[in-house]
Amino acid sequence: MTLEALPGVVAVCAVAVATLVIGSWGLRLSRTTSDFFVASRTVHPRLNASAIGGEYLSAASFLGVAGLLLTFGADMLWYPIGWTAGYVVLLALVAAPLRRSGAYTLPDFAEARLGSRGVRALCSLLVVAIAWLYLIPQFQGAGLTLRSAVGAPAWVGPVVVALVVLVNVGSGGMRSITLVQAFQYWLKLTALLIPAAVLLAVWVGQGTPAADVGAADLTEWSRPLADDCGRGLYLTYSLIIATFLGTMGLPHVVVRFYTNPDGAAARRTTMTVLGLLGIFYVIPPVYGALGRVYAGELSRSGRSDALVLELPRLMLDGPLGDALTGLVTAGAFAAFLSTSSGLSIAVAGVLGQDVFERGLLDRVVGPRLRGVAAFRAGCVVAVVVPLIVALALPDLGVARAVGLAFAVAASTFCPLLVLGIWWRRLTDVGAMCGLVVGFAGSGSAVVWAMLSRPTSGWALLMEQPAAWSVPLAFLAMVLGSRLTAHRVPVHTRRFLARLHAPEAIGLDRSSR
Amino acid sequence: MEIDTGSPLGEVYLDSLLAAQLRAAGWLLMLLVIGVGSLPILFFVVPDLVEVTLLGAPLPWLVLGVAVYPFLLALGWGFIRRVEGNERAFVDLMGRDGSRSR
Repeated sequence: MTLEALPGVVAVCAVAVATLVIGSWGLRLSRTTSDFFVASRTVHPRLNASAIGGEYLSAASFLGVAGLLLTFGADMLWYPIGWTAGYVVLLALVAAPLRRSGAYTLPDFAEARLGSRGVRALCSLLVVAIAWLYLIPQFQGAGLTLRSAVGAPAWVGPVVVALVVLVNVGSGGMRSITLVQAFQYWLKLTALLIPAAVLLAVWVGQGTPAADVGAADLTEWSRPLADDCGRGLYLTYSLIIATFLGTMGLPHVVVRFYTNPDGAAARRTTMTVLGLLGIFYVIPPVYGALGRVYAGELSRSGRSDALVLELPRLMLDGPLGDALTGLVTAGAFAAFLSTSSGLSIAVAGVLGQDVFERGLLDRVVGPRLRGVAAFRAGCVVAVVVPLIVALALPDLGVARAVGLAFAVAASTFCPLLVLGIWWRRLTDVGAMCGLVVGFAGSGSAVVWAMLSRPTSGWALLMEQPAAWSVPLAFLAMVLGSRLTAHRVPVHTRRFLARLHAPEAIGLDRSSR
Repeated sequence: MEIDTGSPLGEVYLDSLLAAQLRAAGWLLMLLVIGVGSLPILFFVVPDLVEVTLLGAPLPWLVLGVAVYPFLLALGWGFIRRVEGNERAFVDLMGRDGSRSR
């Protein structure tokens, strides 16, 4: 190992140790199954919001946005805007009712609302699919980070992240991870903000040098939708639909809403999240702009995802550059850990409940597992499968892969949640139709993205599918429900009363 | 305790709460579409906005990179005030007529 790798190694070790220490501190508080899944629903909105921020700001936010801005310019600002505005839509349509539904997970909600085991099973499958699609780029980003900061082989990063997540989630569940996630939000903010401030000062100190490209090119870079006619417009609006509507369907976000004490707290949490994300997302453009001046080479050689990690050393020599490199590496590593933990919890919860506890695997693994043991078994599967896929598949680009996960969530869980919460006539068959149509549409786009390179023409529709797959899913869900109107569950009215009536009314809120 | 889903009055109150909350959500989403969703078209139709600079930065960067976030926060704040008002009104109504059901 060279001396150059030292700051990165120190940073990664410090974050890993801090994560495990805080996690084990929370472990002492974590005893029951309810603790494991939803921290017994006693998390204060401020702490919960920090935890959501910590979990939500993934490698795509920490590394991907700045890299995209460097390469493609102002259009890419729609990624962070969409990731934030998704919480506005979530606040409007889902936050409080979802908390009041009294269900643990999305499959729980679907079963309670529609009384159907089939819809539940399909939802479980979707939770796992979306979470894995989201986990794979996190693991690949971790490989990139450790290679860039420490010079480690590409497999080291994914394996280290997977190990820390397994130990932490498997031992403490939701309660301990809440503290860890909250800590990691503030770590990520610090790790992005301080280097940005220092590097800006350096840039001003050097007399604000301009980018090493012509002024005309710079104008193009700043102009949203500069490229040919409708193409950019379609991609932007499709991205807006995917992110605005997809946030509510992300399993690791949704599971957090069940940890709020009540519906009003769920709304306050969402509000605080909006603020925390807004503060964070103002910073990546600084890296993108400075990258135009100092790191044009990264963009030309197709390594723009490493911009945040390498910019400090490109601008500064000596110990200050090393220290800042250590800081951004710590932040990036925190991003992988926290997002991976949140996703693993969501998948482990679903696998634990639906696969191990229900005894679907009785013949394979012997007597069925219960409660915490099932959760732990689910956790191992939740982490190991995407780890293997991440090591085997080529890199899609962090932000692009995460963008596709949003598109799948927007095409499946968004219609289910919105119609389930606001529309009395939803039936199990209708829900099933919508989920299948949405998943088939957005899922085919994912497969297409993994197999081919971006092109033009009609393939554009596959590059960002949300603009057509989300309306299709809504349509299928509504039509399917209308055609099977006799199947509207008898308890619908009572269930909707529970979703929308404030807690002060004192309804029966036991699940089901 | 149940809200009296059997009692016609309880149903009427609940329907009106649902409608009021849905209206609030509709307003929020409409403002979001007008305020943020219209920006891509705006920059597409008036590409010269990029020539406008404020404090040394092109306007698109300031709007999309900074100004959007306080706007979203303000939307959320206004929405919470409104729906919590709706809920308080509902609780008052139920408290007045629903004392027998509690």
